[in-house]
Amino acid sequence: MDLSYSDEEKAFREEVRTFLKEKLPKDLSDKVAGSDGDDLTKDDMERWHAILNEQGWLVPNWPKKFGGAEWNAVQRHIFEEEAAAANAPRIVPFGFSMLAPVLQKFGSQEQNDYWLPRMLNGDDWWCQGYSEPGAGSDLASLKTTAVKNEAGTHYVVNGQKTWTTLGQHANMIFCLVRTDKDVKQQEGISFLLIDMDTPGIEVRPIILLDGTHEVNEVWFTDVEVPVENLVGEENKGWTYAKYLLTHERTNIAGVGFSQAGLNTVKRLAKSEMAGGKPLIQNPHFAARVAQVEIDLKAMATTNLRIISKAAAGSAPGVEASMLKVKGTVIRQEINDLARRAVGSYAMPFASEAVEGSNAGLPDPLGAGPVAAKYFNNRKLSIFGGSNEIQRGIIAKVSMQG
Amino acid sequence: MNFDLTEERQMLQDTLRRFLRDRYDTATRNTILESDTGMSKEIWAELAELGVIGALFTEEQGGFGGKGFDIAVVFEELGRAGVVEPFLDTAVLGGGLVADLGDESQLALVEEVIGGTSQMAFAHGEPSSRYDLNRVQTTAKTEGDDIVLNGHKAVVVNAEAADHIVVSARESGDRDDEAGISLFLVPADTKGVTVQGYALLAGGRAAEVMLDDVRLPASARLGKAGEAYAAIEARIAAANVAQCAETLGAMETATHLTKDYLMTRKQFGRPIGTFQALAFRMSDLLIEMEQARSAVINAAGHLEGDRKTRESNISATKNLMGRAGRLVAEDSIQLHGGIAMTQEYELAHIAKRIVMADHRFGDTDHHLERFIALAAA
Ligand SMILES: Cc1cc2nc3c(=O)[nH]c(=O)nc-3n(C[C@H](O)[C@H](O)[C@H](O)COP(=O)(O)OP(=O)(O)OC[C@H]3O[C@@H](n4cnc5c(N)ncnc54)[C@H](O)[C@@H]3O)c2cc1C
Ligand SMILES: Cc1cc2nc3c(=O)[nH]c(=O)nc-3n(C[C@H](O)[C@H](O)[C@H](O)COP(=O)(O)OP(=O)(O)OC[C@H]3O[C@@H](n4cnc5c(N)ncnc54)[C@H](O)[C@@H]3O)c2cc1C
Repeated sequence: MDLSYSDEEKAFREEVRTFLKEKLPKDLSDKVAGSDGDDLTKDDMERWHAILNEQGWLVPNWPKKFGGAEWNAVQRHIFEEEAAAANAPRIVPFGFSMLAPVLQKFGSQEQNDYWLPRMLNGDDWWCQGYSEPGAGSDLASLKTTAVKNEAGTHYVVNGQKTWTTLGQHANMIFCLVRTDKDVKQQEGISFLLIDMDTPGIEVRPIILLDGTHEVNEVWFTDVEVPVENLVGEENKGWTYAKYLLTHERTNIAGVGFSQAGLNTVKRLAKSEMAGGKPLIQNPHFAARVAQVEIDLKAMATTNLRIISKAAAGSAPGVEASMLKVKGTVIRQEINDLARRAVGSYAMPFASEAVEGSNAGLPDPLGAGPVAAKYFNNRKLSIFGGSNEIQRGIIAKVSMQG
Repeated sequence: MNFDLTEERQMLQDTLRRFLRDRYDTATRNTILESDTGMSKEIWAELAELGVIGALFTEEQGGFGGKGFDIAVVFEELGRAGVVEPFLDTAVLGGGLVADLGDESQLALVEEVIGGTSQMAFAHGEPSSRYDLNRVQTTAKTEGDDIVLNGHKAVVVNAEAADHIVVSARESGDRDDEAGISLFLVPADTKGVTVQGYALLAGGRAAEVMLDDVRLPASARLGKAGEAYAAIEARIAAANVAQCAETLGAMETATHLTKDYLMTRKQFGRPIGTFQALAFRMSDLLIEMEQARSAVINAAGHLEGDRKTRESNISATKNLMGRAGRLVAEDSIQLHGGIAMTQEYELAHIAKRIVMADHRFGDTDHHLERFIALAAA
C-alpha cells in the first residue's frame, strides 16, 4: 500500500488544475461558491459541459471506444477534488453517468451510435423517470404502463412520474414502465427512452422548501414511443435499473462537495466573530469542524478503496450503499455547520427562484444561501434510494449472505 | 407541585387553538408567506381581539398576563399553527421594553400595541455581535438637548412594518461592556433611519437598519442613560421563552404529521410505520418531545426568578430546544421522504420554523457555553 500520489498522478493533478484555471469561467465558479450551483441556469450547465467536452473530459467514466477518457479511479478522484475546490459546476449526471453505462452495457449498437454522440454534443438533455407518487422506495410497484399498439410499432404510455430532477430542461427522459401486469412486479418492467416533445406529455413544476425549482411531475397521456426506444429486452428493465442505481449511488458520496463545503465553513468561521474572537477559535465550534473533517478524511479513503475495487472489475455492491449513507450524513453535517457559522444571517431567504434576485440581501460574510442549502440537502438522504433503504441492503447482504 | 394550567390560561389555549385551526390553514399561511408584507393585517387584528397580545402584558401594563406561563401558552399555539405574524417582535420585545422602561408618555404606545394598532421591532443585534447581548457598537452621542444615533443593526425582524423601533446604542464604555448601553424609542419615519428589508426563509420579514445621524430628543430614551443592559437581558429571556414555546408547538405539529404519515403511507405493501427502523425513530421523537415540553416549563417557570436562576434555565432550555428541534425537524422530513421537501406541504414550513429558531437569541452552542459560564460564575 502506498498512500502518496505517484509522479504521474501529481502531473495529472497539475494538468487538471491548469485546465480549471484557464477554462472555468469565473461567473460559473462564483455561482457555485456557497450554493453548490443550485442556481445555475440550463445555459450555464450546458456551457460547462461543452468546455469539458472540448477537452475530452466530459465523460471520464466512459470507455475510449465511446469517446470517453477511461480514467482510472485515482484520476477521477483527483479531478473531482480539484473541480470541487475550484467551484466548478457539477456535471449533470442523468445522461452521462446513469443512462450511458446502461446503454453501453445493454443497449443496441444503433442506440449507442445515435444517443451517445448527441449526449456529448449537448443535443439531448436527459432526465430520470423512475419514481412515481406511489412508488418511491418501493420502486418496483410502479404503475406507469406501456402497451404495444396493434401495428407493433409503438408503445403507448400512460401514467405519472414525479420528482423528476431538472425535467424542465430536458428533451429526453429514460423511464421505467410496466409492460406486464400479470407477473411478479420486478419481472414486468421495461426501460424506455421517451422524447419529451411527444404529444401527451406534460411537465409540472414542484417547488422545494428552499424555494427552488429543481424537480417536476411528468404526466403521460397516450404517449406514443417508437419500439426502437426500448433498451434491451422487454420486461428486463429492473435488471438495468439496478445496474444504473449502483452508478447513481457512487456519485452520491460527493467527497469533493464535502471538501469544498468544509472550506466554506472554515472561511465563514474565520470572519464571523463570537465572543470577541473569530468563531473558528471557539473551542466548541472548532471541535465540531474537526470532527467532521476527521470523518471526511476517512470517507475519502473509503471512497478511493471502493472505486479502485470497482475499477479492477468487481461492481460495487454493498459498498456503494455504505458510501451513500456516510457520504450524505457527512455532507449534511457540513451544511449544518455552515448555517450555524453565520449566526443570524442564516435567516434571510436567499432563493433566487422566489425573490427574483439575490440583490439587496445582506451578506456581509459572503455567506450565500447557506441555510437554504442546508434544507435543500435534506434530499441527499432521501433520493437515490433513501438511507434507510441502504441500511436495509447493508444488513441484508452482510448478515443473510 | 402542579403542572396544570390555570383556568384562564386553559381557556386562552382552547380559544386560540380553535381559532387558528379554523382560520390559519396551510393555504392561508402560504398566501401570507407569498405576500409582500409577509403578514396578514386581518389575522393580526382578530388575534389581538382574542387577547393574544394582552396576555403578554401584566395588569399594571394594561394586559392580563405577562408571566412566563402566559407567554408560553400563547406561543405554543402560535407555533403549533406555524403563525408567521411577528407577535414576538411587536409585543414581547418592542412593546415589552417600552412597558418595562417607559415613562408615562411612552407607555401610551403599549396601549396601542395591546389593541393591535401598532407594530414594533427591537433593533439590537449588529453584524459582528452574533448572539452576544453586550456587544453594541452603535453609538448615541448627546448634542445639546438632542441625541444622535449612528450604526448598523442586523436582521431586525419586523422593522419594515414597525411604527416604532426600539434601538440599543452605546453612550459610554467599550464595545463589549454591559454598562453604557441605552435604549431609544425611534419613530420609524425619523430622518436618517434606512430600512433595507428582505424575506426570511421561515416566513416573515426582517431588515438591515442603518442609523445615519439619527437625531432624537432626549425624551426618546427609555429608562436611565447607560443602564439598559439588565432590561435587555430580561426581555431576551422572555423572548426565549416565547421562541422555545413556539418551537415546541411547531415540533408537536411536525411529530403529529409524521405519525399520521407513517400510518397511512404504504410502501412494499404495508404502512411504513410498521418498519421497525422508522417506528423506533418515531419513538425517539416522542421521547424528545416530552423532554422539550419539560424544558419549556423550566424556562417559563423560572422567568420571574432571580437573574442567575432565570438565565441558567433559559440557556439550558434554548440548548435543549436547539438539539431536540433539529432532531425532530430533520427526522420528520426524512421519515416522510420526498413529499416533506415540497414547499406546499405543511411540514416544510414547520421544519423551517423549528430549525431557524436556533438562529434567534443564541443557538445551541451559544447557550451551552453560557450555561457553563453561568454555573461557574
Ligand atoms: C430532490 C429530489 C430529487 C429527486 N430526483 C429524482 C429523479 O430525478 N428521478 C427519480 O426517478 N426520482 C427522483 N427522486 C425520488 C427519490 O428517489 C424518492 O424520493 C426516494 O426513492 C424515496 O421515495 P419517497 O419519497 O416516495 O419516500 P417513501 O418511499 O415513501 O419513504 C418514506 C420514508 O420511509 C422509509 N422507508 C420506506 N420503505 C422502507 C423500508 N422498507 N424500511 C425502512 N424504511 C423505509 C424511507 O427511507 C423514508 O424515510 C428525487 C427525490 C427528491 C427528494
Ligand atoms: C444486570 C442485570 C440484572 C438483571 N436483573 C434481573 C432480575 O433481577 N430478574 C430478572 O428476571 N431478570 C433480570 N435481568 C434480565 C433482563 O431482564 C434481561 O437481560 C432482559 O429482559 C433482556 O433479555 P436478554 O438479556 O436475554 O436479551 P435478548 O432478549 O436476547 O435481547 C438481545 C438484544 O436484542 C434486542 N431485542 C430482542 N427482541 C427484540 C425485538 N423484538 N425488537 C427489537 N430488539 C429486540 C434486545 O433489546 C437486546 O438488544 C437482568 C439483566 C441484567 C443485565
